[in-house]
Amino acid sequence: MNQTAVAEKEKRPVPRAGEGPGGTGRHTLGTRLNRWGWAFALLSIVLISIFVFAPMVGALVMSFQTGKGVNAHFGGLTNYARLFSDRTVATALSNTLIYLVVQVPIMLILALILSVILNDRNLKGRTFFRVAIFLPCITSLVSYSLIMKNIFSNDGIFNQMLIHTGLPPILWTTDAFWARILIIIAITWRWTGYNMIFYLSGMQGIEPSIYEAAEIDGANAVTKFTRITVPLLKPVILFTTITSTIGTLQLFDEVQNITQGGPANGTVTISQYIYNLCFKYTPNFGYACAVAFIVVVLILLLSMVQMKVGGKENQ
Amino acid sequence: MKKKTLTALKYLFLIVASVLSIFPFFWMIISATNSAREVNAGKLTFGAHLLDNLANLFHSDLAFGASLANSVWIAVITTVLALLISSVAGYGFEIFRSRARDRVFNILLLSMMVPFCALMIPLYRMFSAAGKAGFAGVGLNTMFSVIVPYICTAFLIFFFRQNTKSFPKDILEAARIDGLNEPGIFFHMYVPVMRSTYAAGAIVTFMTSWNNYLWPLVALQEPRKRTVPLILSAMGSSYTPDYGMIMAGIVLATLPTGLIFFFMQKQFVAGIVGSVK
Repeated sequence: MNQTAVAEKEKRPVPRAGEGPGGTGRHTLGTRLNRWGWAFALLSIVLISIFVFAPMVGALVMSFQTGKGVNAHFGGLTNYARLFSDRTVATALSNTLIYLVVQVPIMLILALILSVILNDRNLKGRTFFRVAIFLPCITSLVSYSLIMKNIFSNDGIFNQMLIHTGLPPILWTTDAFWARILIIIAITWRWTGYNMIFYLSGMQGIEPSIYEAAEIDGANAVTKFTRITVPLLKPVILFTTITSTIGTLQLFDEVQNITQGGPANGTVTISQYIYNLCFKYTPNFGYACAVAFIVVVLILLLSMVQMKVGGKENQ
Repeated sequence: MKKKTLTALKYLFLIVASVLSIFPFFWMIISATNSAREVNAGKLTFGAHLLDNLANLFHSDLAFGASLANSVWIAVITTVLALLISSVAGYGFEIFRSRARDRVFNILLLSMMVPFCALMIPLYRMFSAAGKAGFAGVGLNTMFSVIVPYICTAFLIFFFRQNTKSFPKDILEAARIDGLNEPGIFFHMYVPVMRSTYAAGAIVTFMTSWNNYLWPLVALQEPRKRTVPLILSAMGSSYTPDYGMIMAGIVLATLPTGLIFFFMQKQFVAGIVGSVK
């Protein structure tokens, strides 16, 4: 306690009121404030420990157990060994990676282009366009999934429009390839505006004089974008990449409500498989926890890679 | 000449993007006023079935009315508790900084990286065990079980901590000289000054709770305890979904967040972006 109080003193120059001229007076105020600091933070530390860290450890322990319910017993690496021969895990992983590799870049680039255009003060109807593109963010994931499911159903409004223009209809929900495209379209619709908001707010921190100077030097729009906008927005781009990656690795609501993972696991994701293992098939909590740890490891690995790449180019 | 084509392309791109963004809303609103058969036939004009759809919605055996009440209670209670607990914590971590507390804060931040699918099973067993142990009101199928895991998130603590940095610190010294204790300072000085931060935090928390799907799906299996997203999802996955009725339900489910967005746009955006700066 005393040590932290001293450490605190070195770091925190703020509350000095009431400090006596002598050493002892200082010390008691520091200790008192330090106690208040812990008191203010305590409940949150307890709650996050109970509802995040303890379950996390619980899941790790369970991932080494086999057997159902009260009969669960230590099974060593059985569950982890089973992961490698489970074809649904392979399908779910490859689906998730497809969403990640295709959808995240498309969405983020789209959001960047839109924000560059919408950052222009002389653009007419700027507010309208901003609101229109941000609007999908007000819908809940279940709601928009159902709207998309209806629009893109095999005999839905989209296919009716295609037929109307003389094109053949697309089997969105019965063809695995198109079902994946549909999931990608849906997520892009919902989240592009969300990411755009981050870029727009980041761009407000860029001095217009930088662009003016570049224009005097003869830089065109593309050069200004690649040499000024993107490097200065790098921290925000990194942030959106990491959050989108974490979100995609946990994808559940959309797939569950648009395709139910079908056709024949064609769109199934890891989160959905975990849900099915626990609440749809005969419950196998131990194995489901082992599957969940794939996501944990992937999030850690990908975040580290992204921070490394983003950090390096920053220098 | 070249510049003109570029400008034209720019507007064309924006118009296409906006139309694509808005069309699903347009479709949702139009369909809410049409019968199931008209929706399936692709009718693109307003119809006369809005009241029928609403009546079907509230009289369906899926208890939409009860779910609406459940969702409101859950979202409101979660928001109030989350704001209180997280703002106290955010204030505590920023105003009384110490090396040990900074380290604890960084550990708490790690909880944002933990995927929910890894927590879902232990949480489910935890609440199930609590219910079986006879603690009434804290087991599965209770409001408690869907509220309590969300009343303290690292995101919200971080959000408050970031915004506390702009809180005028000399007020604190003055208040301490006046003999106000620390909780007094928090409730009488901090909370009123940080009103707009609270508004932004409230919007994000309310929306997250209102729209939450996976955990309520796991924790609330009893039909009358379910929330709006669960009921909509169940309606959508039936063999012959009545899309007129479903769209009316979606309109109702989107109304609160839509109203908040249109009336409090500034705080809405601040709540989303606020923590990055």
